[in-house]
Amino acid sequence: MSKKPSAIADTKAESAVKATDYALAPVNAALSSTQRIELYRTMIRIRRFEERSLRAYQSKNPSGGTNIGGFLHLYIGQEAVAVGCCSLMGKNDHVITAYRDHGHAIAVGMDTKPLMAELYGKITGCSKGKGGSMHYFSPDKNFWGGHGIVGGQVPLGTGLAYALKYQGKKGAAMTFMGDGAVNQGAVHEAYNLASLWNLPVVFVIENNGYSMGTSQARSSAGQLAKRAEGYDMAWGQCDGHDVYEVRALMDKHLTLAREQSRPSTVEIDTYRYRGHSVADPDNTYRTKAEIEEYRNKKDPIQVSLQKLLAEGVLTEASAGKIDAEARAEAENSADFADASPYPTPDDIQKDVYWESDHPTERKSEGRLFFD
Amino acid sequence: MPQITYREAIRHALAEELARDPNVVVMGEEVAQFNGAYKVTDGLLATFGPTRIVDTPISEAGFIGLGVGASMLGIRPVMELMFWSFYSVAFDQILNNAANVRYMSGGQINCPIVIRGPANGGTNVGATHSHTPENVLANHPGVKVVVPATAYDAKGLLKSAIRDNDPVFFLENTILYGDKGEVPEAEYVIPLGKADVKRAGTDLTIVTYGRCVIHSLKAAEVLEKDHGISVEVVDLRTIRPLDFDTVLASVKKTNRVLIVEEQKPFASVGTQLAYMIQREAFDDLDGPIHRLTTIDAPAIYSPPVETEQLPNPGRVIKAVLAAMA
Ligand SMILES: Cc1ncc(C[n+]2csc(CCOP(=O)(O)OP(=O)(O)O)c2C)c(N)n1
Ligand SMILES: [Mg+2]
Repeated sequence: MSKKPSAIADTKAESAVKATDYALAPVNAALSSTQRIELYRTMIRIRRFEERSLRAYQSKNPSGGTNIGGFLHLYIGQEAVAVGCCSLMGKNDHVITAYRDHGHAIAVGMDTKPLMAELYGKITGCSKGKGGSMHYFSPDKNFWGGHGIVGGQVPLGTGLAYALKYQGKKGAAMTFMGDGAVNQGAVHEAYNLASLWNLPVVFVIENNGYSMGTSQARSSAGQLAKRAEGYDMAWGQCDGHDVYEVRALMDKHLTLAREQSRPSTVEIDTYRYRGHSVADPDNTYRTKAEIEEYRNKKDPIQVSLQKLLAEGVLTEASAGKIDAEARAEAENSADFADASPYPTPDDIQKDVYWESDHPTERKSEGRLFFD
Repeated sequence: MPQITYREAIRHALAEELARDPNVVVMGEEVAQFNGAYKVTDGLLATFGPTRIVDTPISEAGFIGLGVGASMLGIRPVMELMFWSFYSVAFDQILNNAANVRYMSGGQINCPIVIRGPANGGTNVGATHSHTPENVLANHPGVKVVVPATAYDAKGLLKSAIRDNDPVFFLENTILYGDKGEVPEAEYVIPLGKADVKRAGTDLTIVTYGRCVIHSLKAAEVLEKDHGISVEVVDLRTIRPLDFDTVLASVKKTNRVLIVEEQKPFASVGTQLAYMIQREAFDDLDGPIHRLTTIDAPAIYSPPVETEQLPNPGRVIKAVLAAMA
């Protein structure tokens, strides 16, 4: 017997209403001026942080070494998604995402200094220099990473929801993934478990149109969010360039999770302006014109700024001040990272086992480490 | 002391820990209504109800990953793999997520999850169902690996595993499930990482674990009786953490070593042991370190031949005689 996916599926029709109307959705109409400005501020803080990290990536440190190693996947262009979703978090709501995680980390309220220091591989980093760009964590802010394997975090997010339900807490686990992740088996296993067991999870597909250099058309059959129907899950879809629109849709899905303990899937259309990672020359799979089109017409920060100016909440001058503060914050985070020490070789074997980190409470015996 | 089976011993450990800690949840395929594919969880559903004893779909990556995520928020899931062989479809969840998340978060997170189930050959189910992945698992810093040989050990070690704050992988054996052993009624735990000398001897040390302990003990009896060779049998019980001090003490006493393991030879647990023994007891050895493993091929189906592919008492006797020669 098949239940009809719930009414949230109809939000696709709702999203046909004019974009400007999302400011009037109850969850947005209720925002104070300060709260509206905070949404804008968080987006621009993410943007400036990442621009600063890119400069650090591309330059050498004073002793001629790299500032940032490995991959750097920038979220530039997608800020309204993380900010819109995370701005709705209550104390029992949790977040987990993939490796493009800087935006989510800032949106849940992590301090940018340890975030930049993590990129620099410093001991003052949020993961003590052990995770890097792809592996930010802050359980104290209900942020569970930062995961490098495409789709691998989706069962974990479902487990967070399982724990919430088991513990009788009214919350939701927002589980983010890219459009490419939707083709992973682990995602579908998680969908099935979430629906079968009525778990309070919202699967958020950040559809930026590409998985690395492969367009959605070349990787995925059918509409991504619609796959939820196969699991009797509600789904919704919206444009992710307007933070108000993201909030309007996510609010409904979070309510479904918190109030009815039902999972659902949300597909949010967005776009990244930079390459897949800094290593991607970005000249094989999309046109410059396409990027410019999004940048000029749909940049979430510009969209938000124009609205706030029109609403009279911000003036050019006050907006300029927010931007200057965001730039200064990014600069300070880089200074902090630069001045911080690296972990030492002695730190390599810390944080491996809970037991070896708590020697006085250790119950097991024998060797935990080998050489 | 009552005699109970290895299977019952595991069940009793589960029941005691379920009763002790409301955060313990038993989850897996057929664990509840079907009473367990190997009846290990028989009766637990009736006692603890469906919130604590949870049947899952055939979805190892999904439910193991879910367990790892739930453990990050303080649940203590005890996940049953119907066969450890199926770990391959959940490899990413087990060995990327459970094993690494503490490290990558700079120690902010821990995963108190137990994954348990049988990991053995010898039941004529072919290569896909006969994996013994303890070497693969133990290769990952961050995890603990336990392979009990007796009912007494299985119970005491599983209770420790469930209380442990790190991910613990508990590898049982379908052929041992029916073996009976003495298990006290009073509560006890056995710390992880503590080997047990299952038989004292003076001429040669067998270092082993799991079902090979049973083979080695049988072989030791024959060797004593028919050949006058006194064999000491050291049961590791836990692979990681490893009680190497007990191994060393025994080797220093007997000066000869045979490692017996139900592992393929290449990069096995025994490989690591042999390295450590030569490194730390070179001068105590009267001869090279010997090793008996599964014959190096995928598990054969043919019932009488599979017995010969695995270590067995006859092969252990031969290996000891070769080592003593
Ligand atoms: C299992 C796995 N396969 C491949 C990769 C390499 N890889 C990293 S990101 C990526 C693209 C993923 O795209 P998408 O899910 O759309 O996320 P986006 O990068 O667009 O945010 C690939 C192929 C990986 N990290 N994990
Ligand atoms: Mg993508």
